[in-house]
Amino acid sequence: MDLTDLHVFWYVLLGVLVTGYAILDGFDLGVGILHPLVKGDRERRLVLNSIGPLWDGNEVWLVTFGGALFAAFPKAYASLFSAFYLPFMFLLFALIGRAISIEFRSKVKSASWRTYWDHSFAFSSLVVVLLFGVAAGNLMQGIPLDAQGNLVGDVRDLLRPYPFAVGALAVVTAALHGALYLHLKTEGELQARIARLRWPLFFAFLVVYVGVTIATLVLVPHATRNFDRFPIAWVVVVLNGLAVANVPRAIHHGKPGQAFASSCGLVAALVFLFGMAMFPKLAISSLHPAHDLDAWNAASSESTLGLMRWIAFLGMPFVITYTAIVYWVFRGKTKLDDFSY
Amino acid sequence: MDLDPVALSRAQFALTVMFHYLFPPLSIGLGALMVLLEGAYLRTKDRRYEAAVRFFTKIFAVNFAVGVASGIVMEFQFGTNWATYSRFVGDVFGSALAAEGIFAFFLESGFLAILVFGWNRVGPKMHFFSTLMVFLGSCFSAVWIVIANSWQHTPTGFHLVGEGAEMRAEITDFWAMVFNPSAMHRLNHVLFGSFIQGAFFVMSISAFYVLKKRHLEVAKRSFTFALVFGAISSIAILISGHSQANAVAVNQPAKLAAFEGHYETGPADMILFGWPNDETRQVDYAIAVPGMLSFLVHGDPEAPIRGLDEFPEDERPPVAVPFVTYHLMAMLGTFFIGITLIGLLQLWRGKLWDQPWLLRIFVLSVVGPYLANQAGWVAAEVGRQPWVVYGLLKTSDAVSPSVKGGEVLTSIVLFGLAYLALFALWIYVLNEKIQHGPEDPESLGDPPSRGSFVDAAVAAGDRALTDADAIPVASTSTIARASGGE
Repeated sequence: MDLTDLHVFWYVLLGVLVTGYAILDGFDLGVGILHPLVKGDRERRLVLNSIGPLWDGNEVWLVTFGGALFAAFPKAYASLFSAFYLPFMFLLFALIGRAISIEFRSKVKSASWRTYWDHSFAFSSLVVVLLFGVAAGNLMQGIPLDAQGNLVGDVRDLLRPYPFAVGALAVVTAALHGALYLHLKTEGELQARIARLRWPLFFAFLVVYVGVTIATLVLVPHATRNFDRFPIAWVVVVLNGLAVANVPRAIHHGKPGQAFASSCGLVAALVFLFGMAMFPKLAISSLHPAHDLDAWNAASSESTLGLMRWIAFLGMPFVITYTAIVYWVFRGKTKLDDFSY
Repeated sequence: MDLDPVALSRAQFALTVMFHYLFPPLSIGLGALMVLLEGAYLRTKDRRYEAAVRFFTKIFAVNFAVGVASGIVMEFQFGTNWATYSRFVGDVFGSALAAEGIFAFFLESGFLAILVFGWNRVGPKMHFFSTLMVFLGSCFSAVWIVIANSWQHTPTGFHLVGEGAEMRAEITDFWAMVFNPSAMHRLNHVLFGSFIQGAFFVMSISAFYVLKKRHLEVAKRSFTFALVFGAISSIAILISGHSQANAVAVNQPAKLAAFEGHYETGPADMILFGWPNDETRQVDYAIAVPGMLSFLVHGDPEAPIRGLDEFPEDERPPVAVPFVTYHLMAMLGTFFIGITLIGLLQLWRGKLWDQPWLLRIFVLSVVGPYLANQAGWVAAEVGRQPWVVYGLLKTSDAVSPSVKGGEVLTSIVLFGLAYLALFALWIYVLNEKIQHGPEDPESLGDPPSRGSFVDAAVAAGDRALTDADAIPVASTSTIARASGGE
């Protein structure tokens, strides 16, 4: 894999953006999924405020991914987003609903108001994660694209078992990731409650993870093709296994920081394996291989890719700095104050 | 029933972008005033300014969140509904959008967390720095998105590749693309429009408090800042509007003709009121200053201005909508100058606070900038029709071939319901915040003064203001030091 090739560089950079998004928004979406399992207004506010200052910045990774895909691979951006039209609209609807739920939930002191937004927060978080998983599954299996990159058929062609299995994997992974995060940010009775959730979540994850891995090997034969080209990628498979194994180990030994770090690694590895299954494709046509969109035929001009690389080099250090500053300022256990949600 | 995907996609875009644009101008304008007020607090240590900033921060946060939620739709809608457009402009438009994400959104959203939630976690200087960064981030955001949009009006710095549906624009000169002929005019206009929005918003709430004799100390200070800021911005936008209209006359003559209802080429009047009539190709009930438009554009009341008759019928914009919205915007702009100058005069005479009639006008005037900002954009975008990229790509050719009318109708209903609920919520929560009001300045706790990472970051930030390259290096090393020292 030659990173000096602009097309490969942008493919990898998009992968980095997805990984950043999956790790960061992954835990706050997971927190959203778990939110209704916590009872009591104070407890729910603590859970909500554990991601309070962070969720918005986490979502920016998605927005930037969208912009970068548009800039680097406009044909893929156009084809995929219009192919997934209705699912995408539901995704946007859920993202809006989630932002509103977080923002408005605690603004009014009424039990029914808050219960309503609690449900809305949890449901929209679940829908967002599920749809991302379903989209990933569809991408891996291929969708009916014609020679112009437009979808032939309609949304029913996207509702297949395998993508939903990947969607389920996304949901349990986010829930586990979120629980490990919450355990870090909470204390006392609430933390003990979260702690009890971790084991069932881990085993649920394990079952779905193994199932999806088998399904992938059977149903998506091209998913492993790249391992012949890049044997070094086996290292990530091993690391992935270690990260999965280290989650129960760290939980058992009472090392919540290590457990969360492991789930971060786990999420990153899953995104990487997804990338390995796709590279260098951005969309696989189930009608004809010539209709596939890849890092070359879907790309912007070389000069734009080169220019955008400078923008990325210039911008990414800032992005990492802001992220570090914010996570540093809001480190430690979550406390409620006048400014909390 | 056959549903037309083009008409529906246009309706959806209008709905989502107009709803979205209720929020960003307030983020920019209110952000600017919060920077000024917090700067005054840092300089004077007067807690009344701090109370004002804390109060407006809460409104800012809600406004910002709704802006982000509705903005995500914008980011993805190009791909979902306008696939052909996206393939055509990706090289150009996508670059600007990606730059916006990397340079603006991360800056905004990162420091927003400290601005909103950080009052008890960082010192006053770091907090001020965060407010400033959020404001700058929102301005950068405007910069990139206006550049991208302006390129659609006056495309430069590109060449065309491919044929038919495969045709696309590729950048040949990045800076020519960035500084396309309309970009800087329109950017100024958007920013001043946002400043006016922020100023009238603050004046409205403050005037309400003064009328109700509540939070007088905080309200009068906020009002005065906003009044001066609003007056300057209102005059500045007149100048910016004039230079922009001149640029439109050169770059998009069909649009100017639509703005002014100028059907036939020849000397043009400036029409103050009227209603364009496409049948008779005249403006009915017109009150006009003879030759004024020719004079403003060419310095000569007899100079001809190109009329709609010079353009083929299928390249003419509709007239009624641009005409009405353009004139509405101009009238409101005149009103902003008038009302802020009256306010300044009364302030100077020391009588502003004893004039309930004037304060009541200020309470209601907040609607003005909302209308003007929307109207201005409608005029600009409808005036560009039938093109989505002026002279290159027609709107009717830009939609997604695979998306069906029924699907678009579904999403319009979905967004319509969501936005209706969202708007009601926004008004409700805004009202709650205003009823609650700012905290009593006497009761504010002491700000934290930790000698910690954040002060180091401020120092790095201060240095970085003069030396932009220093930020990443300095801050990363302080993080390393700070975490090493834990």
